[in-house]
Amino acid sequence: MVQAVNDGLRTIMKEDESVLVMGEDVGPKGGVFLATENLTKEFGKERCFDTPLSEDGIIGVGVGLAMNGMKPVCEIQFQDFIYPAFDQIVSEAAKMRYRSGGQYTVPMTIRTPYGGGIRGGLYHSQSGEAYFAHTAGLKVVIPSTPYDAKGLLISSIMDPDPVMFFEPKALYRAGREEVPEGMYTVDLSKVREVTQGGDAVVFCYGAMVPVCTEAARRIKESRNKDIRVIDLRTLMPLDEEAVLQAARDCGRVVMVHEAPRFCGYGSEISALIAENAIEYMEAPIKRVTGFDTPFPNTLENYYLPDARRVFDAIEEVLDF
Amino acid sequence: MSDTLQIIDESGKKVGKAPRLKRETLLRMYRAIVSTRSFDDRCMKLQRTGRIGFSIPNKGVEATSVGAAAALDAAQDWIAPHYRDFAMMFYLGIDVNGMFDNMFGNADDNAVGRQMPVHFSFRDPVNWLSISSPLGTQIPQAVGVAMAMKQRGEKGIALTTFGDGSTSTLGFHSGLNFAGVFGSPVVFLCQNNQWAISCPSEEQTASESYAIKGEAYGIPGIKVDGNDVLAVYRVVSEAVKRARAGEGPTLIEAVTFRMGGHSTSDDPSRYVEQSEFDAWEKRDPLFRFETWLKSEGHLDDEKIAAIRAETDAEMMAAAKAAEAKPRPKLGTIFSDVWEQMPPHLDAQMNACISHFAERDEAVDEKGEFPL
Repeated sequence: MVQAVNDGLRTIMKEDESVLVMGEDVGPKGGVFLATENLTKEFGKERCFDTPLSEDGIIGVGVGLAMNGMKPVCEIQFQDFIYPAFDQIVSEAAKMRYRSGGQYTVPMTIRTPYGGGIRGGLYHSQSGEAYFAHTAGLKVVIPSTPYDAKGLLISSIMDPDPVMFFEPKALYRAGREEVPEGMYTVDLSKVREVTQGGDAVVFCYGAMVPVCTEAARRIKESRNKDIRVIDLRTLMPLDEEAVLQAARDCGRVVMVHEAPRFCGYGSEISALIAENAIEYMEAPIKRVTGFDTPFPNTLENYYLPDARRVFDAIEEVLDF
Repeated sequence: MSDTLQIIDESGKKVGKAPRLKRETLLRMYRAIVSTRSFDDRCMKLQRTGRIGFSIPNKGVEATSVGAAAALDAAQDWIAPHYRDFAMMFYLGIDVNGMFDNMFGNADDNAVGRQMPVHFSFRDPVNWLSISSPLGTQIPQAVGVAMAMKQRGEKGIALTTFGDGSTSTLGFHSGLNFAGVFGSPVVFLCQNNQWAISCPSEEQTASESYAIKGEAYGIPGIKVDGNDVLAVYRVVSEAVKRARAGEGPTLIEAVTFRMGGHSTSDDPSRYVEQSEFDAWEKRDPLFRFETWLKSEGHLDDEKIAAIRAETDAEMMAAAKAAEAKPRPKLGTIFSDVWEQMPPHLDAQMNACISHFAERDEAVDEKGEFPL
């Protein structure tokens, strides 16, 4: 997936001169995960450049660039480090269009690796997507495949509003997939049906998509039930109609994310279904999530939802 | 570190070399200060009679704003302002009607009634970035704006203004640091008006000055008498020239005084000694400039009275016009969040509008149906 991100950046930078890549170590080093590899070489240090080690500065300067005709793609090295820039994201980028009556806008993309799975402990593993999905004015996008990573990233960079682009670092080097060369986009408001089925639906995104797919495969194997796995892809705006349709079709719902449960994105999905499709529910909506604790290091595999936990949850809704 | 530059002293006497400015420009500067006093007075009355919620008194700091504004080229330079720079707006010719539309948050307000008063945003006649309430956020934004111009080979620069309190923010540090590293065409203007709401400078920093902070970022730091409009004009002009020539950013500390409260909700007598007010009253930037202009033969008492009467009448008329306009329509709560309204927001908007329409509460006090 990280190559697809790199390809996406290169493709849009070729297409549009106003696209700039900036962040810590994104220049000659190519980023700590090599997502920006060779971009400085290819486009020069005017277009892809290292910045001082200051998340507030990266985003604050990015907001200024975006208001004055550029399309900055700001990298925050780990999502865990984003909080010094929270003010610039939440109070500035997200609200600029609104508070200036559309006179100033911020077409900026903030790329950041998120989530566990690399033994990163408290500060290289977080999943903070709910903070941003809660903020009006931002879009929140999380790919789970190389194809989507490239297409969604290009769409995000071309989007007229600020986009939080969360990259599941656990999937950076997992799985291979042919990715088309050149420009293509993936719509920022549509879910992706990963597997077909009508016995239960599992909603997920990012690094949880392969986990849920594996759980669905095991259910099929052990119980011959068909589980629909839906990759949400865009947490904001959410494809509400598709979520509700899947919930109505299946009547049994599991929501999976690695972020903590309390006020996590799964709460929104549960509420949405409870408010609009409760009459179709054959079982209580089940959440499989990270725990309401900081992210541990040594025991991270016990913290992260795995196929076994998702399998159990699917069984619970099937057997209710 | 240079000493504090002064050109006109407190009594209005010239003590330094005055910059060459046309009479017309000098009078435009003077009028901008007088307009600000009229605007302040009008807003205070409107606030005290409950017709607007809030304003930010600008009395005392106008020379800093005007001196800086006169050094800019509005056609190409951008301003990332804080909220106490009204005189800059008047000098640059920002429409006073638009300013009052914002004070009332009416349907014509550029911020569509979404922001508190004084949080102005304009694109014309100058790029005046939308003002934020959290402090210091505009400082790195100005650097980004300037970097974009540099990248495209344009000659414009960005001026960002902030108070002494804002030098403690994250934005001050990251903005100056980035500008220093990238050599961005930015002028950082610190309006040191001595008080961050109720906290004096010594509670803000242990540095000997704010200007000296530039040194740590590899940026020249210059201190100027902020109540001396000509001195401010000179140092900002030099900083603008440097920036335009590709020689990088400058930090300027303009030493001035907020001759009123932080806002209309603040009572400065709770924390500022009367003696401090009295001392600064003698350094009033308006009196000083006026005295000098008179001594140069540019102004006389008759002309002064005429300008004051004109600006008072102008503010009165603009305030009246803005007050008479309707509130923004209810739907504007929901627009401009994203370029395209997502379906969930569209649903919320429709529910909100029908909720108030059904209850007959959608009629505001002016009889306008704000849907």
